[in-house]
Amino acid sequence: MDDKMRRTLYHIYMGLFLVYLLVPLALMGGAAFNDSKLPSVYPWKGLTNRWFVELWNDDTMWTSFANTILVALAVVVMAVPIGTAAAILVNSISGRVRSVLYGVMVAPVLAPGAVIGISTILFWNKLNVPVGLHLSVMGQVSYIAAFVMLMVLARLQSFDLNLEEAALDLGATHGQVMRRILLPHLYPAIGAGAAIAFFQSIENFNITLFTRGRSQTLTVYVFSKVRSGVTPSINALALLLIIATLSAALLYEVRRRRLAGIEAAREAEARRAEEAGVL
Amino acid sequence: MDELLRRYGPTLTGAFLLLTAFWLLMLVILPNVTLFEASFRPYLPVVDVGGPKDFYSLGNYLKFFSNSTDTSILGMNVPLPIHLKIFFGTIYYSTMVTVITFVMAYPLAFYLAKVVTPKSLPTLFLLLFVPMWVSEVLRAFAWWLILAYKGPLNAILQGLGILDDPVRWIAGYRAIIIGLVYTYVLFMVFPIYNAIQSLDTNQIEAAQDLGSPWWRTHWRVILPHAKPGIASGSVMVFMLAAGSLLVPALLGSATSLWFTQTIQQWMLEAQDWNTGAAYAFLFLILCTCFVSLIMWLFKVQLTDIAK
Repeated sequence: MDDKMRRTLYHIYMGLFLVYLLVPLALMGGAAFNDSKLPSVYPWKGLTNRWFVELWNDDTMWTSFANTILVALAVVVMAVPIGTAAAILVNSISGRVRSVLYGVMVAPVLAPGAVIGISTILFWNKLNVPVGLHLSVMGQVSYIAAFVMLMVLARLQSFDLNLEEAALDLGATHGQVMRRILLPHLYPAIGAGAAIAFFQSIENFNITLFTRGRSQTLTVYVFSKVRSGVTPSINALALLLIIATLSAALLYEVRRRRLAGIEAAREAEARRAEEAGVL
Repeated sequence: MDELLRRYGPTLTGAFLLLTAFWLLMLVILPNVTLFEASFRPYLPVVDVGGPKDFYSLGNYLKFFSNSTDTSILGMNVPLPIHLKIFFGTIYYSTMVTVITFVMAYPLAFYLAKVVTPKSLPTLFLLLFVPMWVSEVLRAFAWWLILAYKGPLNAILQGLGILDDPVRWIAGYRAIIIGLVYTYVLFMVFPIYNAIQSLDTNQIEAAQDLGSPWWRTHWRVILPHAKPGIASGSVMVFMLAAGSLLVPALLGSATSLWFTQTIQQWMLEAQDWNTGAAYAFLFLILCTCFVSLIMWLFKVQLTDIAK
């Protein structure tokens, strides 16, 4: 088999893989427009928007939606400071303590959600805290904080400690060092961490299922609908969620490309300046 | 620690310590200690808690070995406790999912790292990331629709003349495997991609120039280099698959229970939190063993996996 043929095969494989990934989502979204009581694109019974109307009038969906957003915001508010503080702490120590601490922080990422959920309700039950969405927040933060920690820690690697030294020598207070020097350097990582935390929280099912009590979130709502008599209004919801995530992803990509463009322009400028200096 | 104090002063350092301590103690360590402790206590009505009946025992763990059913293993009928059977079934099928995702992901990861022109990478990544950002429950739901008895898959296969009669896909474990592979395959692609990407392309060309056929280049040069990526991908996929509750609940049937579902039954249906704790703890042990085994097999560290 020659090189060219192999390349062609690779391209075909990539194409098939994308089809495999995207077609199920397209089928699911397409069924939202099918005028059939069963959620399916086949057999096609004509175009309708009634499932979107049904979804709009579904109060449970709106409550679940509001709950999901509230939980996600609470998770961001807790996980971002915790993850940032933990990253700064881990970054300042070394040796055995560091690896143990790092291990304990990262372990919840690998722990199954069911275990996290159960241990959370058992522990807070001991402290007489009843189940509910507040415990979902606690359970989710336990592993989502690790994502924030990892991102901030990676960003800290490129931080020049001398900047802080200089600021302290010039009489800056500790608060100023933090606010004016360290945090601005970390902002990209903190922002990305907050976004990841938000999406992870919205996605979460396992921990939420065990800790939620009687409240619903969107994932639990969709799950119970599919199990107990599904109508294509769930497909309508799915389509809207996919569109929302797609737009968020596109927005992120456009922004990233623009920033990369600015960066490249700056580098070119610097190179020109350097060359001019040499001459 | 002195370094932190010098830079950020006592107030900020104290805040860092407090936040980290809250996380690790209140959200991670103490809940797990509680889980461990509760798993040895009997499930009692509220009035009896702390009373004479409330003593430590292995009772909850022994439930794991009760309720034997006849199971056929290698053609022999062996009485096997039902929960033990589900436990091993979960391990077996999660391993299968891990192997399938590896076979699917490796060529793709190699393609992304070494074949495709770097210019089209961002677009490809964006396309690959779309399903990953779509919620797990929706991805499982999508397959629930496709695999339905009167669904599109049967219609296509019948239309093409491959099938004479529709197949009941959602039966036994096969729909669960299909769903889990779809949901988690990308968690295998990206770690392997990262590993292969760090391989110097000159090494691949050198192997080719010295006359190595393409399969030997993969076997002797690229695969060994991708080992840490394969390890972290395998750990991620196995843990996610074994720990999944959504996919088995949506795409499974009454005869194909997942271990997380038995835990859920104890916790939410029987409301027996103590036995649920014991089962959850067993599950945690299983996961720890699996991660350690993979790390030992591939000779990698935890820090290489969780990146």
